[in-house]
Amino acid sequence: MSFISVFDVMGPNMIGPSSSHTAGAARIALLARKLLTGSLKKVEFTLYGSFAKTYHGHGTDRALLGGIMGFATDDVRIRDSFQIATDNGIEYSFIPNNVETDVHPNTVDILMVNEKGQEMTIRGESLGGGKARLCRINGVEVDFTGEYSSIVVVQKDAPGVVAYITKCLSELGINIAFMRLFRESKGNTAYTIVESDDLVPEDIADTIRRNKNVYNVMVVQM
Amino acid sequence: MDFRNAKELLKVCQEQNLSISAVMLQRELTEGEQDPEETDRKMDRVLEIMKSAASTPIHTPVKSMGGLIGGEAKKISDHKDAGKSLCGDLLERAVIYAMATLETNASMGVIVASPTAGSAGIVPGLLLALQETYDLSDEQIKQGLYNASAIGYLAMRNATVAGAVGGCQAEVGIASAMAASATVELMGGSPEQSLAAASTVLMNMLGLVCDPVGGLVEYPCQNRNAAGVANATIAAEIALSGVRQLIPFDEMLEAVYTVGKRLPAELRETALGGCATTPSACAACHMCD
Repeated sequence: MSFISVFDVMGPNMIGPSSSHTAGAARIALLARKLLTGSLKKVEFTLYGSFAKTYHGHGTDRALLGGIMGFATDDVRIRDSFQIATDNGIEYSFIPNNVETDVHPNTVDILMVNEKGQEMTIRGESLGGGKARLCRINGVEVDFTGEYSSIVVVQKDAPGVVAYITKCLSELGINIAFMRLFRESKGNTAYTIVESDDLVPEDIADTIRRNKNVYNVMVVQM
Repeated sequence: MDFRNAKELLKVCQEQNLSISAVMLQRELTEGEQDPEETDRKMDRVLEIMKSAASTPIHTPVKSMGGLIGGEAKKISDHKDAGKSLCGDLLERAVIYAMATLETNASMGVIVASPTAGSAGIVPGLLLALQETYDLSDEQIKQGLYNASAIGYLAMRNATVAGAVGGCQAEVGIASAMAASATVELMGGSPEQSLAAASTVLMNMLGLVCDPVGGLVEYPCQNRNAAGVANATIAAEIALSGVRQLIPFDEMLEAVYTVGKRLPAELRETALGGCATTPSACAACHMCD
């Protein structure tokens, strides 16, 4: 069991009204944004379960859009996120999906498009109390909460890549708390998620990217 | 310094002659490996948000996102200012602050989930009312927040604070137990009396269902936060008077959890029963459109 802090009880500090439907939604989108390289041009949110039914009254839509623009759960700009997105030339839409019910009750799919037209899809679940996890990146099942300093490596599923990543980490003296590998299928795209207790230097992304089987590296520190 | 249940908490308090708040703070610093100054800053921020959320709607009422609430705190405040208070100074203030906090929450203002957003008015409501009524310092209120956190931590660890899992008794019930325990400590009661007050609240709110109209954190949530501060005050009064409780906190917490899990899904935050499906609620809400 992970440590329950005073501020897990007295917290999160958040824009209301709901820790799961507002704060959790903002957190999912904030995590998703940190995985996209480049600047965000267009975003489409597909809402499932309770999100699809009550998103308006819970401000889930504003929270998602705020999170995708980098706002934290207690950032008052969340209230005005529609206007801020429009001012920044970000195209956005919300699609309630009441048909698919075989999902966690507070689930959202996020399709992001950057300035180069590159797409990324994320599925996130809001777990209650403001806690959230990403469970899919570009269709690959993952499990990512962003609670630790994390390095997300997009790579070819090939021998030696994981060894290369751990070598880079060890040369920089970074202690690995957790490390997991997720893949589509053998030989296809895989995701390595490394979590550390310590802050990770941002330039480690460039170092890891030097391997020819590594497609992209994102450092996520909340 | 850690504790897994109220019994262990009480043992640590008695052996080391410490208050519940002091033990909870020590646990944060040692077990959680947190920096004392950073922890203090975080708690300052918590208190700052609580004060703002509890007072803003009294002067500037705002309609909620779902349109079901807004302006209640101001009305009760005006009623009190007109000298017509029925509950007395402390409780009337606590009700105003608790309901105001829910208004802030429902209109997308900043609040501290304590322990949840739907029950966010109770701990600050009662503690801030105590602060005004008894002229307590911010440091004392922060001490109260650490005490309340100990109760909330035990509930999160050994039961639940999610309405979807345990009903309103797990949200408003636990928040009220937290407020009662903190109140006892601030009013000079012992750790044992704090835990007795928390146990009393759980007893008195056992079985309360979570049935938000339209699935929104607005109604009856705001009224329930007012009920929460009243229950906490009553329990603190009973405990401070030296009345002992037959059932200890750990056992009442287990009872809350067991009852919560046995509640039908309709009465656990799904808006499919209770207040949510009364004809008037259905007429006011457009969720099924």
